[in-house]
Amino acid sequence: MVKYIIKRLLLSVFIILGVTMIIYFILRMMPTDFVEGKFATLAGGGTGMSEEVLQKMKVQYGLDDESFWGIIKGYFRWLGSALQGDLGESWVQLQPVSKVISQYMGISFGVAFVSMILELLIAIPLGVKCAVNQYGKLDYVATVVCMTLMAFPTFFLGNLFIKWFSEDLGWFPISGISSNLPSNASGFLVFGDMMWHLILPMIVLVMLNVGSYMRYQRTNTLEVLNADYIRTARAKGLSENKVIYKHVFRNTMIPLVTVMASTLPMLFGGAMITETVFGIPGIGKITYDSLIQGDIPLAMGYNMFIAILTILGILLSDIMYAVVDPRVKLGK
Amino acid sequence: MNSLLAAGALAAPYIVLIILLVLLVAAVAAYIYLYVRSKREAENSAMAAADAEEGENKDDLHGESLGDKVKALSPGATVAKRFFRSKLSVIGLVTIIVLFVFAFVGPLFSPWGESDPDMSSTDPKVSGNMYSYTIVSENGTSEEYQSYYVSYDWQDNMAMLEGVSGNHWMGTDNLGRDVLTRLMYGGRISLTIGFVVVLLETLLGVVLGGIAGYFGGWVDNVLMRIVDLLSCIPTIPLLIILGTALDALGLTASIWKLYIEMATLCLIGWVGTARLVRGQILSLREQEFMLAAKCSGLSTRSKIFKHLLPNVIPQLIVSMTMGLGSIILMEATLGFLGIGAPLETATWGTLINAASKQKFRQFYPNMWIGSGICITLAILAFNFVGDGLRDAFDPKMKR
Repeated sequence: MVKYIIKRLLLSVFIILGVTMIIYFILRMMPTDFVEGKFATLAGGGTGMSEEVLQKMKVQYGLDDESFWGIIKGYFRWLGSALQGDLGESWVQLQPVSKVISQYMGISFGVAFVSMILELLIAIPLGVKCAVNQYGKLDYVATVVCMTLMAFPTFFLGNLFIKWFSEDLGWFPISGISSNLPSNASGFLVFGDMMWHLILPMIVLVMLNVGSYMRYQRTNTLEVLNADYIRTARAKGLSENKVIYKHVFRNTMIPLVTVMASTLPMLFGGAMITETVFGIPGIGKITYDSLIQGDIPLAMGYNMFIAILTILGILLSDIMYAVVDPRVKLGK
Repeated sequence: MNSLLAAGALAAPYIVLIILLVLLVAAVAAYIYLYVRSKREAENSAMAAADAEEGENKDDLHGESLGDKVKALSPGATVAKRFFRSKLSVIGLVTIIVLFVFAFVGPLFSPWGESDPDMSSTDPKVSGNMYSYTIVSENGTSEEYQSYYVSYDWQDNMAMLEGVSGNHWMGTDNLGRDVLTRLMYGGRISLTIGFVVVLLETLLGVVLGGIAGYFGGWVDNVLMRIVDLLSCIPTIPLLIILGTALDALGLTASIWKLYIEMATLCLIGWVGTARLVRGQILSLREQEFMLAAKCSGLSTRSKIFKHLLPNVIPQLIVSMTMGLGSIILMEATLGFLGIGAPLETATWGTLINAASKQKFRQFYPNMWIGSGICITLAILAFNFVGDGLRDAFDPKMKR
């Protein structure tokens, strides 16, 4: 298994190289003047910047050479410093990229983590119930409701909620993460205020994602219910409750655990659209704000970060699969 | 490029309209066929039941006799029968047809155009402060001028906005354009772009996945590493970057921006189909019928196209249907973020973009709720149909 993991990690190095290369080439499709103009206004605080500094910046990011080889050279220069742990400095946030990511990741993770827990708490029991009463009334209603929720675009549901609950009814703040609290506010108050701001986005996230988990759990349970060992369990006279909660339920956890492992990028990478709609300063919104302004260093850093998370997620889910199911042997 | 664009823009709706009509006719034909068929079957089963009562061994688990089960329907008819039996899939299909009719036929009945402003109700309004200047000329006469600061910022131009009325069933937007009409025109782009993207994706995925699965070895290895690579690219950030780059290249006001973004989506979106096709072919390759095909000396081409691919088609159709919904969602997301089609062009995405401005979101929901509902309905309908097809194709489903 160790050999398998090492092999996979070696392969993922190439994947990351490929991903960053593709992103870099698309970024360099932007004409240098545009990037230069953006950079000058951003870094110079709107007043522009001296020719000297501009030239230095262009050399630093390899923007001075727009030929094909120049772009390749620029990529390898980025790669060289990235390998030394230096992802450059974000042009929009005016901070090192690694610092931007680590600074804004926390809030994104918090929101995603809490809503995932809520999703699972709703989806798993509901999925099992629906599968046990397949084609029953509950099954039908839950399926239709889940599919309807899954069809809602994030920004539509989010904006509807903001309009109804924040703007019309005034129950929740419209955007952001904190109100103007007095500076001596207690930690409890600050936390409560933050929760108040985050309730709507969390509800939206839960509503949008609960359906897929529920349907997944339902399909799994149905599959397990048809297995031979369930028939055996019933045949030896176990009560239906025991069959469902001891035999069926535990075995449905196998595929679920592997799916959970692959949600890694969702957990840490931020929900870009939700954060943008609700104005939550998480990693998703911060990168969105920077990406639309052509922030090359942050774009490279963020996409590499997501790619690494995706790879780790897939690897983790494969490993989990072997861990929870002893029949599965890794490595080929 | 411009003439090409114009020709394409003119022809596209008609082509799609024809496809739509064909689909509609096909659906109606299938429905009538099934109706007749089920009637005939009912007669048959009644006859069979009568036979059975005469002492034949009776097998009426589902009210059907054994003789009826032996007389099998063709696979296609079975699938169609199962599909139409599910209420949700019929609802989905009807919704899709209604949306298409809404988008392609609806504008013919609308008195308004996609981008004609309705000037009738609004007098030109001057907003802002008045400044007056007195200019004294050399010979002592003075003249007073008054100047107004007129703001044409589209966000501030609220004068044209109109609520729901008999003239405009869904009101007008901030430029005085009829929202309902724009919603119809928007559907044309939003609905058709999904079909194009999904078809191209599937084509790429089938060819490359098929090659990987059939030939195996290093070809498979190389192709699957490419698949791994592409599936690690985060789609939305990539499209945001691409949108910014295209803006910088001067495509801000051109629909080509959306087309290029969708083409990029094709280029990274085929990996799902390729994985699916490859997996299927790998398992099919080991089955007995492929051994039989090999023994009877069939050519590689006929083995692939006549024996392997037809077995993958059910899964392909399901994934394509589901894919349609996700492309519509992607277009809407791009539009909402303002990096897809230009805002002058009506698509469901650009219409819902209004919700990102607080003023419109709070006070003029007529501008964006309609497109949000259309997007949701379309995605839901495609998911219903996809689900229904999956169940209909699944031979293990006994319902």
